[in-house]
Amino acid sequence: MPLEKITKIVGSAIIIPGDDIDTDRIIPARFMKCVTFDGLGEFLFYDVRHNETGEPTDHPLNRPEAKEAKFLISGNNFGCGSSREHAPQAIYRFGFRAVIAGGFAEIFFGNATTLGMPCISLSRSDLVDLQKTIHAEPSTKLELDLASKTLAVAGKSYAVQIRESARDALINGRWDAIGELLDALPKVRETASRLPYMNV
Amino acid sequence: MNTTTAKPKSLFQKVWDAHAIRKLASGQTQLLIGTHLIHEVTSPQAFGMLRDLGLKVLMPHRTFATVDHIVPTDQMFEPFADPLADAMIKELRRNCAEFGITFFDRSTGHQGIVHIVGPEQGITQPGTTIACGDSHTSTHGAFGAIAFGIGTSQVRDVLATQTMALGELKVRRINVEGKLETGVYAKDVILHIIRKLGVNGGTGYAYEYGGPVFDSFSLEERMTVCNMSIEGGARVGYVNPDQKTFDYLKGRPFAPKGSAWEDAVVRWTSFRSEPGCHYDDVVTFDAAEVEPTVTWGINPGQAISINERIPTVEDAPEEEKASVAEALAHMKLTPGAAIKGTPVNVAFLGSCTNGRLSDFVEVAKFLKGRKVAPNVRAIAVPGSQGVAKLCSEMGLDKLFEEAGFEWRGAGCSMCLAMNPDKLVGDEVCASSSNRNFKGRQGSPNGRTILMSPVMVAAAAVTGVVSDAREVFGT
Ligand code: SF4
Repeated sequence: MPLEKITKIVGSAIIIPGDDIDTDRIIPARFMKCVTFDGLGEFLFYDVRHNETGEPTDHPLNRPEAKEAKFLISGNNFGCGSSREHAPQAIYRFGFRAVIAGGFAEIFFGNATTLGMPCISLSRSDLVDLQKTIHAEPSTKLELDLASKTLAVAGKSYAVQIRESARDALINGRWDAIGELLDALPKVRETASRLPYMNV
Repeated sequence: MNTTTAKPKSLFQKVWDAHAIRKLASGQTQLLIGTHLIHEVTSPQAFGMLRDLGLKVLMPHRTFATVDHIVPTDQMFEPFADPLADAMIKELRRNCAEFGITFFDRSTGHQGIVHIVGPEQGITQPGTTIACGDSHTSTHGAFGAIAFGIGTSQVRDVLATQTMALGELKVRRINVEGKLETGVYAKDVILHIIRKLGVNGGTGYAYEYGGPVFDSFSLEERMTVCNMSIEGGARVGYVNPDQKTFDYLKGRPFAPKGSAWEDAVVRWTSFRSEPGCHYDDVVTFDAAEVEPTVTWGINPGQAISINERIPTVEDAPEEEKASVAEALAHMKLTPGAAIKGTPVNVAFLGSCTNGRLSDFVEVAKFLKGRKVAPNVRAIAVPGSQGVAKLCSEMGLDKLFEEAGFEWRGAGCSMCLAMNPDKLVGDEVCASSSNRNFKGRQGSPNGRTILMSPVMVAAAAVTGVVSDAREVFGT
């Protein structure tokens, strides 16, 4: 199963401010009553994008430019809480192709990587600086290069951090592990047969 | 099996080594998952992906299914009033039938929250790897299993290959020394730990809990702590198996029988962390410092003991000021005021953290002869049909109803907003569950205060956040 090699992502960004943005906020649980991921993008951050009567608020994701954005920017510990893959799916299906934050909760990070959506971390000061630039000019283009681990923005270049195994998987088109996992089935059966509880 | 001459290893290391298949090109490990648990919310898309790829379930007898999140706890018949919920249970039924997976459906009498059903059935065993598309899978670590919460693509991976790709974790040993005071529970211990180590303090770690407090804990209490490991950012939490673990498992439907039982106990014992093994970090807490703890904010680390004051933005460390302000605004609490006395509208007893038999037995001791305050809506939700049956054999259902609780059928209920049990508007809920995130209990403005079951009962009868030790005179 050849997958796309994800090295460069270019586009504008939307800022969702705050630390510890949990997956219940990214996609409220009531929208997980579904048997496919189709259409989830619509419900991304639903509760802050709509007021009590269901009217859209002035949330950044409701602005016309959000539709074009490729990067979602937030604070520390992004994606904590529930393991729901619905969260990165909703972000991806909204149109984003990378998430930039101070740091990520682990399950979210893994789920997003498996979709081919890089989660990259910036230092606190770089993150603040980047947000300032985007606030001043919302249409600013960002250019992420996973090969050189840099994010180029308005003449500046920030060093980005991403777990090496994830970076490697993305740039080499191995971000979805299923093909590789399937290659080892004989060894899987053999190991399972040595574990009595598995009853094989 | 490990030889005694080798370097001493932790349980995590031993279980990992016994299940590692190989290193993948990315540097991650392909890890064998011995036991796979599924439920209706995170599995349908995974089965869809299998169909799209033309793959089969590799070892259907190692996957076990139940239905929990979407089940209405006050409606025992189908179809469910909510057509989306009804479609989800039907889809799970279809997938289990088509792929030959054991399903603890509602008609079996064994349905319930997945993290309660696994242990109850004896499926959760020491020295095993467990995965489930649910972050609270860490609960199963109470038995000395390494149990991972995973996303839907990984559910697909486990179905198709009985393995998944994973980076190795570091291990942090967390000791709780001494003895807990009367009126202080396992829930308080984990809220205390998360408060001290932070909601992301466990990133990259497996938590190994031990010390006298854990030795004295029942398996159900250990489950309460392991359950919330994920709220502290740890992927996995576990306690080394001991005689209590074996006693709990003996005779359960999926536990080994006859001579296989003896062999299993020997094997299980061999997985215990060895003295002198390497830990990447060690943290020690003093049980005497743990007080009945409640949350005041919008993540489980924003917690204080019942007699402390609600934090102020001014006193918060610089990097936390914004989140403290956000939490105070959402909770509509007065900075610097006492949390005790905060009015509550709803009391919720249940969830995979505190919806087991011992939770209801403990609360019943204090609730007998008392009444829920008139302005409080109180619901008690056994975590499984098994728990419900045991409770009703003991007459607890009647006792709770006489006190003014609604006694419900098994499910996740008000822990999250996927069934009819929801907060309305900005109601305040005293909750025995594990998450106080904004909107978690179904209303975007709803306010959740996490606490132990006995503290929930105290809030229910007084109508305000209370110190259960004062209310019940313990
Ligand atoms: S009780 Fe709550 S935390 Fe536990 S599985 Fe159900 S929804 Fe998740």
